Amino acid sequence: MPDPDFLLQVCNLDVSVQNKNGRKHKIVDDISFNVSPGQVIALIGESGSGKTTISLGCMGYTRPGCHISAGSVQLGDTQVLEQPLPKLQQLRGKEITYVAQSAAASFNSAMKIDAQITEIPVITGAMSRKQALEKAKQLYRALELPDPETIGTRYPHQVSGGQLQRLMAAMAMISGPRLLILDEPTTALDVTTQIEVLYSFKRLIKENDTAAIYVTHDLSLVAQVADHILVLKDGKQVEYGPTSQIISDPKHEYTKALIAAAHLMPSKISTPDISTQTPPLLQVENVTAGYGPKQQSIALRGINLSIQQGETVGVIGESGSGKTTLGRLISGLMSPKSGRIHLNGQRLKHHVSKRSRNDLKQIQFAFQMADVALNPRQRLNKILGRPMMFYRGLSQKDATNEVSRLLERVDLPTDFAWRFPPELSGGQRQRVNLARALAAQPKLIICDEITSALDTIVAQQILDLLEDLQDDLGVSYMFITHDIATVSKIADRIAVMRHGKIVTQGPVDQILTPPCHEYTNLLLNSVPEMRTDWLDEAVVERRKLMTALGDKRET
Amino acid sequence: MTPQERTWRSQFGDALSDLTPGVALCLLILITFFLIACFAPWIAPYDEGAILTNDSFLSPNKEMRLGSDYLGRDVLSRLIFGVRVTLFLALIITFLSFFSGVSLGFLAAAFGGRVDSWMSRLNDAMLSFPALMLALIVINSLGSSFAVLVLTIAFIDMTRVYRVARALAVNIMVMDYVEAAIVRGEGKIWIVWHEVLPNALTPLAAEFGIRFTYAILFISALSFLGLGVQPPQSDLGVMVKENMQAILYGEYTTLYPAICIAFIAISMNVFVDWLLQRSSAQLPDEL
Amino acid sequence: MPGQESLALHAICDHSCIDIRPCIAPDTKGITLSLLEILVKRLLLGLATLLFVSVLVFLGTEILPGDVANAILGQGATPELIAQIRERLGLNEPLHVRYLVWLSNFVTGDFGSSLANGADIGTEINRRASNTIILAGCTALLAVPLSILLGLACAIKPGGLIDRVITSLSLALISLPDFLVAVVLVTIFAIKLRWLPAIASIRPSYEFFDWVRILILPVAGLTFTILAHMVRMTRSAVLNVLTSPAIEMAILKGVPRRRLLLRHALPNAFGPIINVVALNLAYLISGVVVIETLFNFPGLGRYMVEAVTNRDVPVVQTCAMIFCCVYVVLNMTADILSIMANPRVRYQK
Repeated sequence: MPDPDFLLQVCNLDVSVQNKNGRKHKIVDDISFNVSPGQVIALIGESGSGKTTISLGCMGYTRPGCHISAGSVQLGDTQVLEQPLPKLQQLRGKEITYVAQSAAASFNSAMKIDAQITEIPVITGAMSRKQALEKAKQLYRALELPDPETIGTRYPHQVSGGQLQRLMAAMAMISGPRLLILDEPTTALDVTTQIEVLYSFKRLIKENDTAAIYVTHDLSLVAQVADHILVLKDGKQVEYGPTSQIISDPKHEYTKALIAAAHLMPSKISTPDISTQTPPLLQVENVTAGYGPKQQSIALRGINLSIQQGETVGVIGESGSGKTTLGRLISGLMSPKSGRIHLNGQRLKHHVSKRSRNDLKQIQFAFQMADVALNPRQRLNKILGRPMMFYRGLSQKDATNEVSRLLERVDLPTDFAWRFPPELSGGQRQRVNLARALAAQPKLIICDEITSALDTIVAQQILDLLEDLQDDLGVSYMFITHDIATVSKIADRIAVMRHGKIVTQGPVDQILTPPCHEYTNLLLNSVPEMRTDWLDEAVVERRKLMTALGDKRET
Repeated sequence: MTPQERTWRSQFGDALSDLTPGVALCLLILITFFLIACFAPWIAPYDEGAILTNDSFLSPNKEMRLGSDYLGRDVLSRLIFGVRVTLFLALIITFLSFFSGVSLGFLAAAFGGRVDSWMSRLNDAMLSFPALMLALIVINSLGSSFAVLVLTIAFIDMTRVYRVARALAVNIMVMDYVEAAIVRGEGKIWIVWHEVLPNALTPLAAEFGIRFTYAILFISALSFLGLGVQPPQSDLGVMVKENMQAILYGEYTTLYPAICIAFIAISMNVFVDWLLQRSSAQLPDEL
Repeated sequence: MPGQESLALHAICDHSCIDIRPCIAPDTKGITLSLLEILVKRLLLGLATLLFVSVLVFLGTEILPGDVANAILGQGATPELIAQIRERLGLNEPLHVRYLVWLSNFVTGDFGSSLANGADIGTEINRRASNTIILAGCTALLAVPLSILLGLACAIKPGGLIDRVITSLSLALISLPDFLVAVVLVTIFAIKLRWLPAIASIRPSYEFFDWVRILILPVAGLTFTILAHMVRMTRSAVLNVLTSPAIEMAILKGVPRRRLLLRHALPNAFGPIINVVALNLAYLISGVVVIETLFNFPGLGRYMVEAVTNRDVPVVQTCAMIFCCVYVVLNMTADILSIMANPRVRYQK
């Protein structure tokens, strides 16, 4: 029954998709929730949980191939799903607005920003062009965008990602909507930018007293903005309740697991027992490298780093810090401009093609995206067997036996050997990705963001597996990531990178316990905490740190 | 049965069950034409060159199912042999252009750098020739024989195949799984054969179909202009040209070979379209 | 998924028996070029291509066996006569000298005289070029707007009735040889119904109406051969734009349908559509050759085919150069237009 207290009522919503054999299956199954005016509800779930589909369904829209098969969506007195298209268009422009995940892709590259932001009020006649421009500039100021007077005269590609994301919020707010839908609006941003954007969104919602649906996979972020949380799994509702209850007293096992795996700093950072042997397993000496034909655009400057046998070194940095470049240099995918790399005290040739097979065997690389790192047309037997045959000279038969053992070692069934990677889940693929690195029996595995594309629970399992393997095999890891929370759980030593340099390095407990380097502080400050007042404090702190760092970089 | 065979068989079964009636019909037409081409001497009622009557453009009758041509030869027999020549030439051309275009394109993509940029620049320059002009210039200099025709069209096709194969391979070469093979220390040839080729097979199969129809249409057009297959040999294009006069007598002799070309080309294109759609329909399943 | 981009590539540039043009992408390796630099670069590339084309045309016709002197004299060649002719035509000069002389003559409009009948090639070209331009021009005027409209009609509702009918018809059409449609048209309209002439020869006395009468069938035949390609390629180019996140955003913003298509989708589809048009106008070149021969139309295409049959080298060289230049210039224009249509290049950071 419609209840006048609620702004939005979603009842028993089903969304089905038809596969190519004509069979239908539900991707959203019997979802109901309510939003009161001025309140924020968060839809939380992993990829494929149907959270985006639900939020789009609230606007009466489905992606091609999907359709709403049952249920109702009521906004005020309006039955959204029963409106004819022209009515729906008016509704979308004015009452319910949407902020997409990737602003860079969602802005029209052929139109100026102002023209896109003011488009709807102007064409519907709600405002004159001049009024709309005035309103837009107000919003730019409220969102703390640089150059509010002129930023709108640019084209989308002339503006940074964080700014675009905020501009998209301005576009959504300009008509003064009653309901705002935010679809993972900060996921594509760098960690340190993320809180700033989140903060402006939160303020905007508060000041305009707008109701919002906030779609995300990140439970820790959502605690800052949401009043209610709806936890989703495989299109079904798992748990629904006020934020404080969900966080402090989760009822469902799945919610508990989500909270346990959330991106938080561990409460206590263990002190690693660091043994220094000479020579170290790997030593990077004064390495400088760049891109371009003559490496003229420098990506790395004077890097010194060493990795001991059996330890994990975390390399942290934001995008563009050069952390991935460093990994590629060590593995030989790229040659440095100057400097040298030693393996077990022996000077290592720069490029893969110059290294001996034995040197290659010692250092293995695990890629970030397991779905593109595994050839979809090769069976696991070949993917895992080839390194064994290549480095260790095993026969095909021995390799096949060894592959079964290896699959067991990474907790996968042995008959997976005959499967192709697309038949596996994301987490299983990442296990295979690791197993391929292990197949060479290396001394060092370079892990490039191997957990960042995974859902939080699966990521935790992979981290556990990594530690397990290290205890068994004594292998070293170089763990490259943007996520200081993850690295603080797994690393023995940490190197923090920024703008192509290592700003600080040392044992994990020294680096992460105060006093820290300012940039480390900034990174630490960006890791969400589950307290509801965290965001406001963090933003204040962040601005101090940015000034201290003397950073003129736009956010 | 090993698990390996099982999956192959099930993939083949999947493909069969996906066949729509229209596509199945097109496949059937293609197979029929190929059988006709293979067994032409046994199927054709008469010798293709035999002049059987003094009357040109006879209407279809009991002895000559499709009537006679401008010299009084049996149209049906000539049609059967014409299909044989056209398909045979098109197949050789496509195989030649494919083998050279794909190997060069893949190698260019695998080696990259200067090798790639020079090969691609040269290829781009060749592509700035309209295909027909290139053929006409070569035929002007060398005359028209089977060898000249096959090599010229295969060369023209090769430049197109090269471009597609290189683009495919470049897209695959940047995938992490190729990078994984490079860090492992694998050679270029191994990478092309084991990593790139298996992932390019479907689009390449479609490209093969496209190139095959292109070759058929190209030879036919040249023959129609009198610059392709030279009498006494004849293919479908020559037959269209020879019998143009029939229209004036109200006979459709000239349309039969043209329709054969159309049937082969349409069937091939429908099949290719299906192949491409099938592989692109698989994308959302992984999302 | 590696296939995705390449499939798009197939759909747009190559799903048919059509020429693929070379194209240069704006340099993205860290160094961004200004619009002017990109345009100058493209123009220079076009010029270099023209030079390359001229070298190939020259070499292709001069070097290969069947020396020009032999070709002129045919069976009755004696060594003395050959030597005489070689002297007269300057064939004893070194290759590069001959090329430069030939090229400068071509550029200045001196095409020499036909080997077959000694007639001045320039006069003949003048007479015929205008005919070909009229034929190709009428076809372009008819085919381009029509196919863009049909392509749009398909793309707006993919999988709908209009889309299915047009795409299947066009799939059938691209499979037909150039001459088949024309032959069928002639059979129906010229022979059975006797409405229009089957042969398009031109007399000086022809007035506008006569021109229309003789042009209808050739233009219709040519239109059909390029229409199908253009429809299919326009469709996939527009579909590509319509499935982009920017369009989804515009839908979610509540932009009305008409404005969505005209203001949001079309500007982004502009570049790809220009490429499609240029690609197919270039394809007209081979279509023109076939159709002119079929209708006995006195244009450049037939001139060239006759010359190839007679091995009339200077005529083949001249015609080939003209056709190739048109092709190269068309491609260059399309590239330049689509570069200019790209806001990322026009307005840089």
